[in-house]
Amino acid sequence: MSGAEFVPLSLTPMLIGIFVAMACALPGNFLLLRRQALIGDAISHVVLPGIVVAFLLSGAVAALPMLLGAAGAAVIAVAAIEGIRRVGRIEPGAAMGVVFTTMFAGGVLLLEISDTSDVHLDVEHALFGNLESLIWLDAFGWASLLDPEALAGLPVELPRMAATFVLVGAFVALFWRPLKISTFDEGFAQTIGMRTRPLGLALVVVSAIAAVAAFDAVGSIIVIAMFICPPAAARLMTNRLETQVAWSMVFAILAAVTGYVLAGYGPLWMGFDASVSAAGMIATMSGVILAIAAFAGPHRRSV
Amino acid sequence: MIWDALFLGLGYNATLVTIGAMLLGMAAGVGGTFLFLRKRALVSDAVAHATLPGVGLAFIVMVAFGGDGRSLVGLLLGGAMSAGIGLLCVSWLSTRTRLAEDAAIGAVLSVFFGFGIVILTVIQAMNAGRQAGLEGFLLGSTAGMLRTDAIVLAVSAALTLGLVLLLRRPLTLASFDPEYASASGRSIARIDLAMMGIVLAVTVVGLKIVGLILIVALLIIPPVTARFWTERTDHVVAISGLVGGFAGYLGAATSAAVPDVPTGPIIVLISFALFALSLLFAPQRGVLSSFLRHRSFQRRVHLRQGLLALAQHQPIYEGLTMRLLKNAGLVLADGVPTDAGKARAAKAMLDEARWTIVRGDQSYEAAAILYDGLTDLETLLTADQLQDVDARLSKPHGVGA
Repeated sequence: MSGAEFVPLSLTPMLIGIFVAMACALPGNFLLLRRQALIGDAISHVVLPGIVVAFLLSGAVAALPMLLGAAGAAVIAVAAIEGIRRVGRIEPGAAMGVVFTTMFAGGVLLLEISDTSDVHLDVEHALFGNLESLIWLDAFGWASLLDPEALAGLPVELPRMAATFVLVGAFVALFWRPLKISTFDEGFAQTIGMRTRPLGLALVVVSAIAAVAAFDAVGSIIVIAMFICPPAAARLMTNRLETQVAWSMVFAILAAVTGYVLAGYGPLWMGFDASVSAAGMIATMSGVILAIAAFAGPHRRSV
Repeated sequence: MIWDALFLGLGYNATLVTIGAMLLGMAAGVGGTFLFLRKRALVSDAVAHATLPGVGLAFIVMVAFGGDGRSLVGLLLGGAMSAGIGLLCVSWLSTRTRLAEDAAIGAVLSVFFGFGIVILTVIQAMNAGRQAGLEGFLLGSTAGMLRTDAIVLAVSAALTLGLVLLLRRPLTLASFDPEYASASGRSIARIDLAMMGIVLAVTVVGLKIVGLILIVALLIIPPVTARFWTERTDHVVAISGLVGGFAGYLGAATSAAVPDVPTGPIIVLISFALFALSLLFAPQRGVLSSFLRHRSFQRRVHLRQGLLALAQHQPIYEGLTMRLLKNAGLVLADGVPTDAGKARAAKAMLDEARWTIVRGDQSYEAAAILYDGLTDLETLLTADQLQDVDARLSKPHGVGA
């Protein structure tokens, strides 16, 4: 395949997919070890009403109000889960189930009863995203990567996801030691004077930022898959956190690249003249990787 | 229009669907209770999302064999098969590998759903121009349903409800005391399997009515709502079934009257409204009642402390205490105790003195552990015991010369 075709059509979606996968998998490692793996699932459901409300208030599909709306919805959801759990004395899983299904239902209903037919905002889009459409029309080949004029036409999701990944990476790098200690032994972390509650909250907030930014670009299904599958597969490979994080990054990139390629070109190789959903395929590939790790990973057994 | 729908006046199909939704809601409420009590509510989310690839593949297979591809029974069977595989994956991952159940749930949910999306796009490419209508399975759509489909839904919802009611005794046992259940010769693994079978049935029947994304709400919200009202399992089961049935009925009826709105979200929001009402107003566990209980306790503490202060001729500066004493007619506006106030204060003082003796004597241990600085001792001890305690109080006596 020539650069003239690959760079404008496939390079940016693939890079966005990679950044999304890595930005979600990185905090996913800690969420997995803290038994909070389903937070990614909850966040990606509650983001929908936030985005719809932001759209209804601002009247346009613009990035900033939507990010704010999504973030606001995530905060409300976390507060509601915590409140219901404490006030009603209900176990956290059920409290989460109550909140995220209700908020998602509210979002769907708002979307259906308000007039959004003239803009590209619907439930399917929110779920699957549209990774394939994030193409770079100004590019003509590899040379465009050095051409400032063409670079100005990059889809805005690419720098945004790259920045999100840098932010998430910076958070994890900066708080590596406290995160590691409080994840494995919260009691010990408190004894040596760490403030574990704000740290746990910060982890959730960073995860929410990653989820919201990714959601805007690629829909919720990749987000949920990437929060869980690469870290879970990496967990079956090693006993060391450093190695686990490294494996999870490798798996995330692998899932994003193979998923995108299979979705875009797989049907062509099999003789069909169409492509399938890239988001769905990336999630599927992360599941395949997890399945392989579960059958062959050196540390797959429970100890 | 809405009244017609509520009283089942919108035609045969809509009536069947509404009744089906009600039966489904009841089955989900009852079945979900056991899931909730075993703290495995979110497993059902994985099961629900795992139906999507099965539905899509069933469509493709039926088209490949020359059919229309839209036979509801076929689609639901496909969904049940892939949901079963998803369920096996969850239990395999969480028992045979080191991954926790929540990670297994999330992995199965996202991967199966992602694969389902891939299949949906394949179907779109297969028959461009002809709508497969599978999107209706995501959020539920009961508008314009065929009569045979409506009958299938109503009957299978009724069967599911019957199944849940048949199995409720072993399920209750396993939810509360798995060890006792296995000691009395029941296999926990089989009971769990039956529970998951019920979840599977509810999910599959609910696919068309509520949709796979939100069906989990029907299994979670009614039991959580019912839990506010009672401490007894059989009552939780009954109330949960009622809540689920009511939400299903009202939701399906509303959606039949307002055809643009998908059924699932309405049913979920109605369930949530019932949940919110219970959270606020339930006796015992509700927010309002715990607030009132806290207030009345606060008043008792303040009143008691105020009386003790009066008895010892100490000034009272605290506003609430003063107000309470005044409102009860125990002190005058300037803080001087009335006769009633003096009597109550003396009684409070006597009570404290008696408590001191009771708490110092091991033979009154059973009563002493109930000490909270508020309870009148008369409510705990018999008249004989009180006499014994009073005999040990220091008597008023003259000052020695």
